Amino acid sequence: MISRVLLAAIIAGMIAGAVAASVQIWRVTPLILAAEVYEAQPDAGSAHSHGQAEQGAQTHEHAAETWAPEDGFERTAYTLLSSLIMGVAFALILSAAVMFSGRNITAQNGFIWGILGFLVFNLAPTAGLSPELPGMPAADLIARQTWWWGTAIATAGGIALIVLTKPLALKALGAGLIALPHIIGAPHPESDESAVPASLAADFAANSLAMMALFWIVLGVSLGWAMNRSQIPAES
Amino acid sequence: MHTNSSNISIAGLSAQERITTGVIAALLGTFMLYGVAFAHSDILHNAAHDTRHAITVPCH
Repeated sequence: MISRVLLAAIIAGMIAGAVAASVQIWRVTPLILAAEVYEAQPDAGSAHSHGQAEQGAQTHEHAAETWAPEDGFERTAYTLLSSLIMGVAFALILSAAVMFSGRNITAQNGFIWGILGFLVFNLAPTAGLSPELPGMPAADLIARQTWWWGTAIATAGGIALIVLTKPLALKALGAGLIALPHIIGAPHPESDESAVPASLAADFAANSLAMMALFWIVLGVSLGWAMNRSQIPAES
Repeated sequence: MHTNSSNISIAGLSAQERITTGVIAALLGTFMLYGVAFAHSDILHNAAHDTRHAITVPCH
């Protein structure tokens, strides 16, 4: 039973991860590379170092000896690998949500599950922390990561309360939970000064979110298909 | 999400089975997501750099 669910998640995650990687390499990575031109490189090290001179930006210089993939094929290969792992990771988390909810997932309703995943992990967090390009100023990394996780968990919990409970008061609590991280507010840098052109940042925000929306829809449908393909027996 | 699928029924599984499977899947998935998107290790960061930006998680 457990291995069947895990297998379904791995299959669906690989499919959606591969779709995400294709769109990423085609539409998103070129924007990241374009932004890296604006990233200050005080130590003139590898083109991939992230030293930042912008006021308010977090300093994040890589030591010269730290490994990084070579630009070109190697970097693209690691992007593909990390996207596949990301796909399987989100597929496992979505499978867990399906299990906790006790609702079925099928190829037909999978897109709804996918859209919920997109709301939880992308749309809600980026409402506070917009998609970041290299070279853009940002607040403390740990503070942002904490807010990101808090927002994802609150949004997932809020959706669960709205969808899975009957009493109106609990549904209202769910709506409040979804709003809470945005009332608290995401951590922001002291200054928004950036050398990265606004048009590039807007282009990146739209394309990265579109890519993730596509990823989640493909993931939901694939997971619904793969779960049924593996014929989970109703043994009780 | 109300479907009447006849050949598969997650709703038909025992609560214990669902919770056990869910917890294992959630732990595995969170561990993998942490490694690819959140770990502060420079090597993991550099390898997954473009993906971290593209999937809209905080990167630097």
